[in-house]
Parts: sequence; C-alpha cells; structure tokens
Amino acid sequence: MRPFDYTRPENLEVASQALTDGATPIAGGTNLIDLMKLQIMTPEHVVDLTRLPGLSDIDGTPDGGMRIGALVSNSVLAGDPTVRRAYPVLARALLAGASGQIRNKATTGGNLLQRTRCPYFYDTAMPCNKREPNSGCSAQGGIARMCAILGTSPECIAAHPSDMAVAMRALDAQVEIRQTSGETRTLPVGDLYLLPGDNPAKEYALEAGEVITAVILPAPVSGARQTYRKVRDRASYAFALVSVAAVVKMDGDTIESAQLAFGGIGAKPWRDTEVEDVLAGEAPSDELFAKAADVLLRDAWTEESNAFKAPLAKRTLISALRDATGLSGETHFDMGDAA
Amino acid sequence: MDVTLSVNGETHKLDIEPRVTLLDALRDRLGLTGSKKGCDHGQCGACTVLVNGRRVNSCLSLAVMHEDDEITTIEGIGMPDDLARLQQDFVECDGYQCGYCTPGQIVSATAAIEEAKLGWPSYVSPSLADMGELTDEEIAERMSGNLCRCSAYPGIRQAIARAAEAEDKA
Ligand SMILES: Cc1cc2nc3c(=O)[nH]c(=O)nc-3n(C[C@H](O)[C@H](O)[C@H](O)COP(=O)(O)OP(=O)(O)OC[C@H]3O[C@@H](n4cnc5c(N)ncnc54)[C@H](O)[C@@H]3O)c2cc1C
Ligand code: SF4
Ligand code: FES
Ligand code: FES
Repeated sequence: MRPFDYTRPENLEVASQALTDGATPIAGGTNLIDLMKLQIMTPEHVVDLTRLPGLSDIDGTPDGGMRIGALVSNSVLAGDPTVRRAYPVLARALLAGASGQIRNKATTGGNLLQRTRCPYFYDTAMPCNKREPNSGCSAQGGIARMCAILGTSPECIAAHPSDMAVAMRALDAQVEIRQTSGETRTLPVGDLYLLPGDNPAKEYALEAGEVITAVILPAPVSGARQTYRKVRDRASYAFALVSVAAVVKMDGDTIESAQLAFGGIGAKPWRDTEVEDVLAGEAPSDELFAKAADVLLRDAWTEESNAFKAPLAKRTLISALRDATGLSGETHFDMGDAA
Repeated sequence: MDVTLSVNGETHKLDIEPRVTLLDALRDRLGLTGSKKGCDHGQCGACTVLVNGRRVNSCLSLAVMHEDDEITTIEGIGMPDDLARLQQDFVECDGYQCGYCTPGQIVSATAAIEEAKLGWPSYVSPSLADMGELTDEEIAERMSGNLCRCSAYPGIRQAIARAAEAEDKA
C-alpha cells in the first residue's frame, strides 16, 4: 500500500471540504483497502467517515418508508426487524452477499459504491479501460464469467457486483447525497450508476466532494411477495453470476404488478420496466415468464465465456417468478408487510 | 501517527503509519500472532478478530481506524492453560488438522453464536422472522467466511453445534 495521510473529520462539512480537495472517503474499507493494497486506488489523503454523527441510524419516514443512514452496516440492516418484515427482498440480498465478517464492516454507502469484480480490473499486469483509460479491455476474448451481458460497451463489459443495490433498485430506492454546498439532493438508485459508454472509468453520478448520506425506501408494496434468488459458483461467499430481486403483487389469479431487478448480468444493477409490463395484468404461466425473460435479454451481448448467462438468467427469472406468483406452490416466501 | 488500541482488555499506545492494517499491527507490533494472514484480501477469514464484540477481517481494516474500540483476538478468547468452551470443543471434535485457519474459525464462531442468539437470520433461514434451529446448514452458511484448506469442516461444524447447544442450556 502506498503511504497516505489519514484524517477523521468531526463533521460532514470538514469531510466534504477535504473530498473536494481530492481526498478519498473510507467507510467499512472492505473494498477500498483491498484496492489500495493492489495499488489500483492510490489516494494521497483518506478521510474516515465512520465517526461522523447522524449517519448510522435507521428511521421511519412520514410516508411509511424508511431512511437508512449511509454508515449503517450491512449486517445491522439485514437484521433490522422492520427490514425483515417490510423489505425482505433487501434482507435476503444483503444476507446473500459476502460473509458475516464483511457484512459487519460493509456500509450502506460503501456497498452502493463498491467497484467491479472483473478479474482484469484487479490484475495490474493486464490492459483495462476502467483502470487505465485507452489501454484496452482484457475481458473481451478473455475470462468474462463475472462480466455483464446488458448495458455494456465496446470499451468495458464489467458487471456491478452489489447484491444490496439490486434489491434497492427493485424497491425504487432513492439515494440521498450531500452536495459540496451543504444542500441535499436525491437520486433514484438506478441513476447513481453510469453505463460504461466510452468512459468506463467514470462509474457514478457523483461530483467531487459529494457524500452519500442515506438511502430512502418508499413505503413497502403491501401484500407483495418478495424474493431474492442468487446463482453463484459456490453455495455461499461468492459474487453473483445471476441474481433476481422480485417484488410481485397478485390480484387473485393475475399479476397486478411486478418489480424486478437483476444482478451479475448488468453493467449496473439492472432494471427494465418493459419486462414488468409483459407481466402486469396477466395470469402467471411458464410461457409468460419465458416471454418476459426474452424481453429482458433482447439486447444481450455475450462473450464466449459468459454466453451461459443468457439462458441462466432466463431460467433464474422463471424460477423466481414461479415462486413469487405462487405458481410453484412454494409456501415459504417472504411477504412485504407495512413498515 | 499516534493511536491507542485496546486489545484483550489491555491498552497500547502505538506510533504507526496509517497504511498499517489492524492485522499487521496486532501481529508485528503487539506480538499477537494468533490471528493469521491467509490471503490478506478478505477472502479466507484467518485474520478474524472481534471489534466491539462483532467479527471482522482484520486484514481489511486500518489500525488507525480503531481508536477506542474494544478488540478481542484469539489470545483474549482463551489460552492453552484456560481454554474457552468452544476451543475445548474444537479439540474434542477434531475441528482442525494443520490448525492455520483455527484461530479465525474460533473467533468467528464465537461471534456467530452471539449473532444467532440475537436472532439474526442467515441467507438459508426459512423465515426471516424467526431463524429457528442452528442447524448444520445454518452453521455452514454463517461460517462461510472462514475457509479451511484442510477441509476440517465436519469437525468444525460439530464443535460449533456443541458449544451453541451448551450455551443454550446454560
Ligand atoms: C471476499 C469478498 C466477497 C464479497 N462478496 C460480496 C457479495 O457476494 N455481494 C456483494 O454485494 N458484495 C460482496 N463483497 C463486497 C462488499 O459488499 C463491499 O466491499 C462493501 O459493501 C463495501 O462497503 P464498505 O463500507 O466497506 O466500502 P469502502 O471500501 O469503505 O468504500 C467503497 C467505495 O465507496 C466510497 N464511499 C464509501 N462510503 C461513501 C459515502 N458515504 N459517500 C461517498 N463515497 C463513499 C469509498 O471512497 C470507496 O470508493 C465482497 C467483498 C469481499 C472482500
Ligand atoms: S470489462 Fe471493464 S473492468 Fe474488465 S477488463 Fe474490460 S475494461 Fe477492465
Ligand atoms: S487474511 Fe484476512 S481474510 Fe484472509
Ligand atoms: S485446519 Fe488446516 S486450514 Fe483449516
């Protein structure tokens, strides 16, 4: 690790000023320290956010939703009784990520902003446009097993690795950001992420000096069935090859609404409302689910080493929808009840 | 820079560079070599310690970030002349072979049993409301952050189940 200055500001204002001057924030450190050891990130000044007041609370909002402070750890959030009851898809997605140790340190803000797990991004001996602009993309024609098939560009096919963010996208979460002016802006979580386009090094819609202060969830869709299905190379402690977050509300025998988001296959936590439109108002059937999956994958662009992800995503979506609509007869699902 | 670390109930004043990880500070500066460096990247769990009672990977944390935290290493859990219940169970259940992963396993399991007592569910819990029994499958999932190159997993799970059951009765 390169040497750096370390400061622990007492308030957000001081932190924000340091960040505006080029410092890098650290929260749980579980991604940043790893990247610093490999000298993929080499900040000269690291600003510790972890002791900032007011960022570690989980509160109800006036409209029946929830505000999650940026420093709330992944394990505290997954264990929160209201999250477990009202947003089970989020609790499951968090519990599907990393390990008990890492979830204890990983924070809500840091999890959203964790960087890709494309193996070439971590291998400084290999070309990578995200790490070193205009050097090339080793994943194309290489091992793209962990890479995306939707939203990619000829410059970069990396996938965003967060499980938590996938559930938050399905739940229509908003990200609260403190601007350098001290004012707050909010952004739908899907808009926090930029597609790689011709500049894969720019990943987030954040300006220098901006700090994520919270994630805000709207009131839960009452009576919706929620499920998070993750497929990975081993049973636990591995990033998703494909994951599906589903929040499905039934009206008798028809699907009233479906909110679906996907991990492992998108350049960002993926959501496509056209897929949801295929399902709304229809009676659940395997044919219908297959049709929805075909819409999801209509623009999929695969490499030889990740072509399996298209059929895998289709099967995972069908399976998740079978459970969430009741078609499979599965009775063990989580209901999102009022917060 | 100056930092005060509280480890196993003792306070240590250290002058260290910000880039020193908690793991390196414990091993190289405080001589607490029970915590192991397996991967140094958060992938194996050999470096697991407790920070304020919660398990973390000490290789993915900076020592300077732990001013005023209560840190517990395997040395603080139990020493050869005074083994903790879980350590005794690891011995009796053959919960290790080479022993390299063992301190991390035991520290991690100590916290995992606490997490289960708090009712924290896991990814494999059938219900999020009530995690139910600490089954073999639950233990495996909750301990997935600790790898064992010798694959002593059956003994490890058995030792944890025994210790958890004993605590339940106590
Ligand atoms: C072995 C291993 C396995 C893993 N498996 C999974 C998995 O299966 N699924 C999964 O989803 N994740 C997984 N992870 C990733 C883990 O979830 C992330 O490392 C973690 O969520 C990052 O959170 P953090 O608080 O530690 O972030 P940090 O490392 O502290 O920060 C990450 C980034 O966010 C920035 N940042 C942090 N907080 C803020 C803020 N409030 N405002 C602005 N910028 C901020 C930092 O500058 C940094 O660039 C795994 C990690 C490891 C090491
Ligand atoms: S996919 Fe993106 S991150 Fe991976 S090698 Fe190509 S440019 Fe780098
Ligand atoms: S040494 Fe820390 S997890 Fe492997
Ligand atoms: S006992 Fe050898 S690594 Fe676990």
